[in-house]
Amino acid sequence: MESMKLGQDKTCIAVLGILAVVTFLIPLCNWIFPANSMLHFSAYTVSVLGKYLTFALLGLSLDLVWGYCGILALGHGAFFALGGYAMGMYLMRQIGTRGVYGNANLPDFMVFLNWKELPWYWIGFDHFGFAMLMVVLAPGALAFIFGYLAFRSRVTGVYLSIITQALTYALMLAFFRNEMGFGGNNGLTDCKDILGFNIQSEEVRSMLLMLSGIALISAFGICRWLVNTKLGRVVTAIRDQESRVRFLGYRVDMFKLWIFVFAAMIAGVAGALYVPQVGIINPSEFSPLNSLEIVVWVAIGGRNTLYGAIIGAVLVNYSKTMLTGLMPELWLFTLGAAFVVVTIFLPDGLVGLLRRRLQEQHA
Amino acid sequence: MSAKQIRHEIPMTDHLFHEGVVDTRHGPILYLDDVSVSFDGFKALNNLSLVIDAGELRCMIGPNGAGKTTLMDVITGKTRPDVGTVFFGQTIDLLEMDEPAIAQAGICRKFQKPSVFDALTVFENLELALKANKGAWATLFHRLDGEQRDKIHHIIDTIGLKANYQHRAGILSHGQKQWLEIGMLLMQEPKVMLVDEPIAGMTHQEVERTAELLVSLQGERSIIVVEHDMEFVRSIATKVTVLHEGAVLTEGTMSEVQNDPRVIQVYLGG
Repeated sequence: MESMKLGQDKTCIAVLGILAVVTFLIPLCNWIFPANSMLHFSAYTVSVLGKYLTFALLGLSLDLVWGYCGILALGHGAFFALGGYAMGMYLMRQIGTRGVYGNANLPDFMVFLNWKELPWYWIGFDHFGFAMLMVVLAPGALAFIFGYLAFRSRVTGVYLSIITQALTYALMLAFFRNEMGFGGNNGLTDCKDILGFNIQSEEVRSMLLMLSGIALISAFGICRWLVNTKLGRVVTAIRDQESRVRFLGYRVDMFKLWIFVFAAMIAGVAGALYVPQVGIINPSEFSPLNSLEIVVWVAIGGRNTLYGAIIGAVLVNYSKTMLTGLMPELWLFTLGAAFVVVTIFLPDGLVGLLRRRLQEQHA
Repeated sequence: MSAKQIRHEIPMTDHLFHEGVVDTRHGPILYLDDVSVSFDGFKALNNLSLVIDAGELRCMIGPNGAGKTTLMDVITGKTRPDVGTVFFGQTIDLLEMDEPAIAQAGICRKFQKPSVFDALTVFENLELALKANKGAWATLFHRLDGEQRDKIHHIIDTIGLKANYQHRAGILSHGQKQWLEIGMLLMQEPKVMLVDEPIAGMTHQEVERTAELLVSLQGERSIIVVEHDMEFVRSIATKVTVLHEGAVLTEGTMSEVQNDPRVIQVYLGG
């Protein structure tokens, strides 16, 4: 027992250490050293790392729902995408008259559709603060409505997984439609500024990397605190014996609902940090495949540890970047094979493997 | 009706109607009348009527499929009866409440299969059962105070798990899990305890201690025990109810019941 706790904390400290280095050292190096120096990281490296960190944040939020509360959500990408769209809408409003049509009041795609005025749900997105509020509120509200209905009707297990998948699929189809007013097929693109700074500039990219890291470390801290409270223990109890918890007097549906909503908000923040780093958000982010991939990250990294999700998200996405560069057609096969191998041989993921190694060393 | 509104004491001089108060001045704490439950045409409970007095220790026996577990499901809100009346005291209608509300009102249950939370320690299992505000927000910021900590340790002593209290419940023996679940019941300070097959998987000594514990609790709490072991039932029960085909066949002392020709027929299949 004791050695496992020690091992757990060692891995945890290592993960946090690496995170802190990436978060603070890389932007610092880029600020200190000139562009031709060995210690200057390319814009590409910075934005790829930043992207990984947002995926790690997304994986972390899924681990809270799946690893701790036992809800296998197969539509978690929807919350990420909603957060991304909220940020994307702000970025679109920042373009102003610099769009192709030079219309200060309407984004390009609306001019193209011959719309005369901004739809009501775009109002307020010129303001950064409002947009940031929507980054958490929009996914939170969707999670609340969906969770309230599903958990109160006691939909669990595979049925719940299927309807979460249906949810994200339905949203994808909806966002594909031009009439929705979110840019349809093309999504929101051609972003230029964030808070008046050029989004392509190296400084902004470094800053976004740093913010992603800070968001990830903070979210990790909050989640770790959360799972160690009495509420965290109730949630674990719900995962293992849901109906028993009801007979202790806890309203199980409310506990599940709040965890689900909180995780959706974290996913929204991840999406909002992702969009300015890749410069585009389109409906494919709602694709069920994306949501399934998040589950694979967490399974490979190791459920129920929080940092396992971070390791899994970064490793899988690093492999994806490498492999799709070398042999694009092999990627999905590799991912599928890795998932099968992990499910059969490493039920606790890579973190479980690491932990066992550490335990053996102690013994 | 929220459980918060439920108070447990009424002065004997008070003759007014109190909504949400467990009123046991007339004796019964549980009152079931004409309750029927059917699953796909099978009548699990068939016009069952039953009265449990406050402070009573009642044993339920009956062959498999007699409806013992269904009866507990109805009382705790897990199963809704097709027809019938289920009252807690004189005034609380249990059929209007769901499982958490009934548990908070003071009816707690030990399951046939020991249901403890394997991933949590013995201490944490008891902590979750502790009588406290069970809302999500209150639970998030809940800290054990000294008194509550003492109470948990007191229960740990009572259930004989002092040496194991930091262990995960998953590694306990079957008998220890049974005791832990009984401990979880005690933590909830229930008015009514429903105890389904408490001694399965226990050693002889553990059985004796369980009997002692249950007997010592009567009076303060009302207890319904479902058990197959006749020896055990005889050692604790003053009053026994025999269920058969979803209805009460007979009630009485153990010797009365055992000499009842109908009971003999049901058990021996004559």
